[in-house]
Amino acid sequence: MNDMMQEGIWLPYTFAFLIGFSMLLYAVLDGYDLGVGLLSRFVQRPDRDRMVGSIGPFWDANETWLVLGVGLLLVAFPAAHGLVLGELYLPVALMLIGLIFRGVSFDFRKKVSPEKQERWDFSFFLGSLVVSLSQGYMVGRFVVGFQPGFVSELYSIFFGFLVVAGYGLMGATWLILKTEGELQRFAVRWARRAIWAMVAGAVLSSVTAPFVNTRIYDRMFSFPEASLLIAMPLVSMLLTVIMHFLLGALPMPGDRLAAMPFAISVSIFVLGFVGLVYSFHPYIVPGRLLIVEAAAAPESLMVILFGTLVVFPFLIGYTIFAYRVFRGKATDLSYD
Amino acid sequence: MDAFVLSRIQFAANITFHILFPSITIGLGWLLLYFKFRYQRSEDGKWMELYSLFTKIFALSFSLGVVSGVTMSFQFGTNWPGYMNTVGNIAGPLLAYEVLTAFFLEASMLGVMLFGFRRVKPWVHNLATFLVASGTTLSAFWILALNSWMHTPSGYEMINGVAHATSWWDIVFNASMPYRFVHALIASGLTVAFLGTGLMAYRHLRGNAGPATEAGLRSCLVLAAVLAPMQLVVGDLHGTNTREHQPAKLAAMEALWEGGEGVPLTLFGLPDEEARENHFEIGVPRLGSLIITRDPNGYVQGLDEFEGEHPPVAPVFWAFRIMVGVGTLMILAGLYGAWLVARRRNFPRLFLQLLLGMTFAGWIATVAGWYVTEIGRQPWLVTGVLRAKDAVADVAPENVGLTLIGYLATYAFLLVAYVAAVFYLTRSAKQLDDVNRKPNPL
Ligand code: HDD
Ligand code: HEM
Ligand code: HEM
Repeated sequence: MNDMMQEGIWLPYTFAFLIGFSMLLYAVLDGYDLGVGLLSRFVQRPDRDRMVGSIGPFWDANETWLVLGVGLLLVAFPAAHGLVLGELYLPVALMLIGLIFRGVSFDFRKKVSPEKQERWDFSFFLGSLVVSLSQGYMVGRFVVGFQPGFVSELYSIFFGFLVVAGYGLMGATWLILKTEGELQRFAVRWARRAIWAMVAGAVLSSVTAPFVNTRIYDRMFSFPEASLLIAMPLVSMLLTVIMHFLLGALPMPGDRLAAMPFAISVSIFVLGFVGLVYSFHPYIVPGRLLIVEAAAAPESLMVILFGTLVVFPFLIGYTIFAYRVFRGKATDLSYD
Repeated sequence: MDAFVLSRIQFAANITFHILFPSITIGLGWLLLYFKFRYQRSEDGKWMELYSLFTKIFALSFSLGVVSGVTMSFQFGTNWPGYMNTVGNIAGPLLAYEVLTAFFLEASMLGVMLFGFRRVKPWVHNLATFLVASGTTLSAFWILALNSWMHTPSGYEMINGVAHATSWWDIVFNASMPYRFVHALIASGLTVAFLGTGLMAYRHLRGNAGPATEAGLRSCLVLAAVLAPMQLVVGDLHGTNTREHQPAKLAAMEALWEGGEGVPLTLFGLPDEEARENHFEIGVPRLGSLIITRDPNGYVQGLDEFEGEHPPVAPVFWAFRIMVGVGTLMILAGLYGAWLVARRRNFPRLFLQLLLGMTFAGWIATVAGWYVTEIGRQPWLVTGVLRAKDAVADVAPENVGLTLIGYLATYAFLLVAYVAAVFYLTRSAKQLDDVNRKPNPL
């Protein structure tokens, strides 16, 4: 009996962690390739080909983290999955259609007659925009606990633009890492704009969050948790300032520090994500469903956990392998 | 229409669109590996040219498969929450294993396979191609295990209305799994074989056939000739398995309103649910019993034994005839083509036109087959465990209707774009048949 109780607690938490981990990895990884899609509008063909080339080998695997996150949510917390996806029915559909167009445009743009290529390029950009906006909107809805009403809707839409800026930042810093010459200088400029747009948005959303969602309010103004929650924005601010000066100095001779902006934006994402999760805990759906309430049968979760632990080292292994094969500056993609 | 009907249509539309692309990639991955090996053995550039054309088609199909698959993974939660609540303990691990073992593998290796040609050693590239092909096959294995379990569930017990696993072996290797898996793999092979012959015939008919086009046409015809008869045998075994485990589905496939001994095989008829009989029926006496039970006087259960509890008859009956009809055509075309190949004859124009017309015949048979299978399971979602109407989400019908229209428009558009792109690629593949090109350093 006692063991069951133990299992009833650590298993759901392990799965909540795994889901959070997949979602964070998704946001970072698909974040940079969605961001590249957003930025693809600002340049013309040869540069655009190189931008697409920098994400071509990776986007599919990046998207698979979303499938894993949603899949684990479905498996481990069926009740939460139904609730969340039921609430977000329309934005989910919008996001899916965006993902469809974006994903296929990669391939179509190089496989149709030249007159049609421009259209697929546009659909690549538009798809990326729709996906980013709807994902941000959904996170916003989640933060406000799916409350109806004008203010929470406005807040969620605002979140949509925040995520556009965030992904734009990820995309720009990825391009600093993966490109050279003029395109790289463009990317530096984009990154400088995106980071301030994002910081302004993040500050605004954090300041307003407690007023939109009372639970967060309680959390924020109770000690000692408050001190932790304060530390995170402070660290993010520090990183932003470092980034600002760093971007001023890039690109450097010998391409030194070209990976730094990407590393910093990943750190900012991680911090923001941890802050978000922290303000929800112990709920899986804010204000509605607790992590422990929502979990599926332990024996099935154990089967999945076993599989996850066995497969994970391999997964990490061939992911590293794929990134190593395509290390260095991006080139135009070709099949032979 | 209510949310239930709309959700069903939406799910059917999404999965129908999804299956089109895996049914190409599962087989095509292995065909690419074959082209590659032929090239490495013979150093003959024509194999390389085939490889590079079909790699492009593979990449395009794969990306459509991925994006439609991502849509599928949201469908359970958005439209069928009752499904996971009841059988999530079974379905969950199977779906999770598919993601963990297959999706990540194929998604990561795909990049290396497509773009890594000059970046890795040849054997690494071979390995990546092999892993992508294995990944697609493994995807099919897991998802078909789940789907088969929904048809012939075993290895579980019900506790308070929720399914719990008792034996994972029995769940994965349930009664219909081996048949369905083999039948679906061969189906994919046939889909690819006829895609290949159709596209190569297209080049022939346009008057620009060279060694690569010839080689592609010949390989795919031989593949078709081998697989099509096998499919008949496996399909027949699949049917006998269905008689044993889902007799109502089998009765609907045959539109057999009254069971008995020595039943006929209905070749044509218009099933009428109201009158519970077929109009304009044309049948062959005793052949039904012979095929189904291997005995001309064998006993076959009819729909009369399942009144009120059997699937809609007309769609199952017709879909089955479409599948078998296409299958028969494939056998004839494959065997005739292989005969031409063996005799080293030229391909008659009429035959090439037939092949061009059959470019996407595999899709038709595959979708028809799935409709037999899935509609034939009604009214159950999981046979004997969960009815479809008990699993549906409580979503506003307007929302389902709206998203349905969005999906349908997207799919119609993409399907046209896909077919156009495939023919465009085939038409404009300049390297194809350019024998003077210096061989690729593979
Ligand atoms: C190229 C595709 C293709 C072709 C030519 C055929 N089939 Fe098929 N068939 C399928 C593709 C398919 C499929 C899409 O793969 C299905 C749907 C679900 C499944 O397991 O396989 C299927 C299902 C399916 C079922 C339903 C079993 C059930 O759900 O209980 C039966 C009885 C057959 N097939 C029998 C045949 C026969 C006798 C064929 C004679 C030539 C045949 N099939 C050709
Ligand atoms: C292997 C994975 C599959 C799973 C898990 C699955 C599961 C389901 C579910 C949950 C439904 C909805 C409930 C219902 O209406 O009965 C359904 C219905 C349906 N599925 Fe599948 N399916 C699979 C494969 C396929 C494929 C590949 C096709 C077609 C190409 C297909 C065609 C249909 C159709 C036409 C229906 C509607 C039947 C009706 O409502 O009468 N399914 N299936
Ligand atoms: C309800 C059922 C299904 C779900 C939820 C589903 C889900 C998915 C997902 C999420 C992907 C994308 C994987 C990636 O990111 O790389 C995918 C791809 C794939 N699926 Fe499905 N799928 C279903 C039915 C089927 C069926 C019936 C088959 C075949 C028999 C199949 C075979 C494949 C294959 C081979 C791929 C690899 C990509 C490709 O070949 O295009 N799936 N599926």
